Amino acid sequence: MTATVGRQAGAAARADDVWKVYGSGEAQVVALRGVTAEFERGRFTAIMGPSGSGKSTLMHCLAGLDSVTRGTVSIGETMVTGLGDAGLTKLRRDKVGFIFQQFNLLPTLTAQENILLPLSIAGRRPDPAWYDTVIDTVGLRDRLGHRPAQLSGGQQQRVACARALVARPEVIFADEPTGNLDSRSGAEVLAFLRDSVRAHGQTIVMVTHDPTAAAYADRVVFLADGQIVSELTEPTAETVLDTMKKLDTAAEVTR
Amino acid sequence: MFRATLKSLLARKVRLILSGLAVVLGVMFVSGAFVLTDTLGRSFDQVFADAYEGVDVNVSAKPKVAVGETEGEQVTAPVPGAVLQQVRGVPGVAEATGVVASDGALLIGSNGKAVTSFGPPQLGENWLGEDDVVKLREGREPRADTEIVVNAALAQAAKVKVGDRVGVLTLAPRQNFTLVGVFGYSGGRDSVGGVNEVAFTTPVAQQLMLGKKDTFTNIRVRAADGVDDAALRDDVARALGDGYQVRTGAQESAAASAGLKEGLSFFNKVLLGFAAVALLVGTFLILNTFSIIVAQRTRELALMRAIGASGRQIVGSVVLEAVAIGLVASVLGLGAGIGVGALLAYLFGKLAGGLTLAGLGVPAAAVIGAFAVGLVITVVAALLPALRAARIPPIAAMQDVATPDRPLTRVTVGGALVTAVGAVLLFLGLTDNAGDRTLPTILGGVLFTFIGVALLTPLISRPVVTLLGSLFAWSVPGKLGRLNSGRNPRRTAITAAALMVGIALVTGVTVILDSAKGSITRLAQDRISAELVIAGPQGGPRPPSFDPAVLERAAAIPGVALVDGEYGDLAVVNGEKTFVGASSDPTALTRVFGAKRVAGDISRLGPDQMLFSADTAKSRGVQVGQQVTVQPSRGEARTYTVSGIYESSQLTNPAVVPVAAAKDFRIPKPIQGYVQLAPGARVADVQPQLDRLLADSPEVSVADRDAFIKQQTSQLDTPLTMIQILLALAIVIAVLGIVNTLALSVLERTRELGLLRAIGLRRAQTMGMITVEAVVISVFGALLGVVVGTGLGAAVVRALKDEGITDLVLPWGRMGVFLLLAAIVGVVAAVVPAIRAARINVLGAIAHD
Repeated sequence: MTATVGRQAGAAARADDVWKVYGSGEAQVVALRGVTAEFERGRFTAIMGPSGSGKSTLMHCLAGLDSVTRGTVSIGETMVTGLGDAGLTKLRRDKVGFIFQQFNLLPTLTAQENILLPLSIAGRRPDPAWYDTVIDTVGLRDRLGHRPAQLSGGQQQRVACARALVARPEVIFADEPTGNLDSRSGAEVLAFLRDSVRAHGQTIVMVTHDPTAAAYADRVVFLADGQIVSELTEPTAETVLDTMKKLDTAAEVTR
Repeated sequence: MFRATLKSLLARKVRLILSGLAVVLGVMFVSGAFVLTDTLGRSFDQVFADAYEGVDVNVSAKPKVAVGETEGEQVTAPVPGAVLQQVRGVPGVAEATGVVASDGALLIGSNGKAVTSFGPPQLGENWLGEDDVVKLREGREPRADTEIVVNAALAQAAKVKVGDRVGVLTLAPRQNFTLVGVFGYSGGRDSVGGVNEVAFTTPVAQQLMLGKKDTFTNIRVRAADGVDDAALRDDVARALGDGYQVRTGAQESAAASAGLKEGLSFFNKVLLGFAAVALLVGTFLILNTFSIIVAQRTRELALMRAIGASGRQIVGSVVLEAVAIGLVASVLGLGAGIGVGALLAYLFGKLAGGLTLAGLGVPAAAVIGAFAVGLVITVVAALLPALRAARIPPIAAMQDVATPDRPLTRVTVGGALVTAVGAVLLFLGLTDNAGDRTLPTILGGVLFTFIGVALLTPLISRPVVTLLGSLFAWSVPGKLGRLNSGRNPRRTAITAAALMVGIALVTGVTVILDSAKGSITRLAQDRISAELVIAGPQGGPRPPSFDPAVLERAAAIPGVALVDGEYGDLAVVNGEKTFVGASSDPTALTRVFGAKRVAGDISRLGPDQMLFSADTAKSRGVQVGQQVTVQPSRGEARTYTVSGIYESSQLTNPAVVPVAAAKDFRIPKPIQGYVQLAPGARVADVQPQLDRLLADSPEVSVADRDAFIKQQTSQLDTPLTMIQILLALAIVIAVLGIVNTLALSVLERTRELGLLRAIGLRRAQTMGMITVEAVVISVFGALLGVVVGTGLGAAVVRALKDEGITDLVLPWGRMGVFLLLAAIVGVVAAVVPAIRAARINVLGAIAHD
């Protein structure tokens, strides 16, 4: 199977021959080795791979959180590589949303205030209809006045999802969004992410190492040793697991 | 964004209150100073307005020597009685009264000691009868020349009553009078502004207070009905011609009040100085708190960045927090300042003996100053951490970005540069190269040095903290505490630096004053050859003096070889104010004070001759053989021929005139007496006889030379103690800083503390660990302070070499006390954080994220 990913004009995010090298000399670590990938608009893509495969690094580079050593990254029509701090700030404001493994809510703000924080930072007013839609989708209407500490893990992560969705970004990057959740809460969050892609055309790129989570995506891209080694469309937990196993064996053989 | 900032602020109130406290204290000093000055200023205005009520025009003579605010009291030139007649002849004058009122009448109390006031004058005056203000309470007015009346407060202080025989010291030695009456003032007051008054009959007052019959201190004029004060003033001035100062009552009152206010402005400056110290220390504290808060919130701030906040918004949010703290601190500080100002004004009024306070005033300057200082300081201190916060990468929201300890190179280079700038400023200021700006240059130098050293502290902290900590390394908690204090050199450094400022200032001042004391002591021991010295406590507005007749009688005591009485006055010498002395024995200069000849003959002094010290001669361009005019405080100017020049020293006067001139001195009595004994005579035999001679001169006493030197140098102890007490405040603020740092460290290390407890560290050990950390930080700060303070003090001592501070005396004992105190401070500061650390729930802490 080849690792080529079809080029489309409508890609929400694109990486072109991206290299990422940390440190220098003895301590040098090559995290990404010439990754080229496109993430289509309105689709839910999962990036998978074993620990140290570079999947998180790829996401950070795509999101403009980390700089690339070589190659280019773009989001929508915006070339991310080469943007200064002001440009990156604007990009994060207008085009990118994040969902973190640790939820990362501000403990001092209520759920509602957390959800509206990106908009208030950008000085924008929420679209009331869309806001209602998001709140209803995540099912938090009766929890809006609560502080994060008063919410369960699953509820907190749903608040984080709502926070990412409410600004209608070009693409949402989710970093192990179910890593800290039990399987039931995890399933709820994933279903909800998938629905937002299906129903509202949101683009989501999710990093995960959990085949069950990856099965919720439309497409899975596999990374190993900093390279894209495989991909699946319309995955199921079984096919993902199989591919992972194959990759592991392949890795062992090459070793 | 705004709301997020405020919420985060509220979530951290305790911490912020702690750091804001420093600002509160600083602002309190600033606004307190303004409130005090304003309130007292208006009170003085009222006192003098009362005093000059009913005086439309006042006539006084221009003083012979115009004395500056810090040079002692003004001796007014007497107005001849003929002038009174002249004034009475001016059309429009309804009434003119000749007044005698001069400072320097000391009543001897029933215990044989002279009653002294602390500051307010002790007036000797002529009794002018009762009026709207002055009312006799007991007895009657003085009719005979042997009778006096005194004000009620003085009668109480001296414990004398009507009918008693009481002694009074004036320009003349002790004279005894019969107390025939006691008077008070309108409103039931015993004294006005703490002033003591002794009223004689007019001729006695003239003789004793002015030294001349038929003269007055001033003439009070009441204008006839319908005559304008200012017009009458001009008429009187024209009639009297030059040489007299004619002013309206309002002008006099304003001038008198202005004089006192000038003294008050000095007080104001002192308070503002301490405000500056408190704020400097507070700046360190706030800087540190914000640095820690930013570090703690790294993840939160990174999240903000990740969801689209710009760097500027982050800076804004941190600065906004600072503004909020600054505002709250300013409000609290202003409130506390008004309270402190009112309290100080009240105490001042009490001490000054019944100064009736005007209503409490809060001038606009107090409010503006409070907010400007509070806000500016807080925001400036928070700026650096805010800029650092803006540099947090958004990716820190997702991973524990190990923020590596940034190398200290830049800080160290910066610190070295700033320290160098401070040193250069200090050098310029101390070597008189800064022109008129000496004081600002020196203060700037001190400030830069402090900041520079604070920047260098992280570098120094590593080895020093390791060394200090090794004292505790014998126990496991001690070892852990030591390692913890070395963990974040910047934080340790800035906490210690806050303590450094206070300790350095105290040490510096101590070094300077101890060196001054040491130098004077050594010089006096080397040079003064007199076994016994007659003197009284110095430092008051007028030096104690004694009856000149004592000198002759002392010379007659068997075993006494030489007796010298020393007189002094601020005179105008060739147009310039100069302190001149006179010795009853002209040979004392060489025989008692060991003066060395530079030119001419200094071993004797003819009636028309005078001597100069080398420094004064040089600065005035005076040479032996030259004619010089000397105008003492009273009487007429006289011309002398310079007959000799002697080496300058701390013990000798700038110039010496014959003793005959002393009758026109401000105090025409000797202020010190030196007694040399014949070989074989014993101090123990002579001293009691001298004591008996001085029975009527209660202001002074006899002491042997060493006791005298001690008594003289002990003058420096009072300012030293006062400075130490006020600077202790800076140290208290620094302690708050240590508490703050520790509390934050405990919070940060919750997980680690839980782990330690889980693997068996006992509660007491946990507390020990935190205490060791605190002690190491505070002793480090004190050590820095002692070193920097010694350096600063030594630099000043060096610069004052020409002023006679030749010996550098290092107060080892006091330095040791400071270090010990710092250790105690560390223990105290650790109490609350240590208890908190010990109470950490083990399970909860390990799960803590």
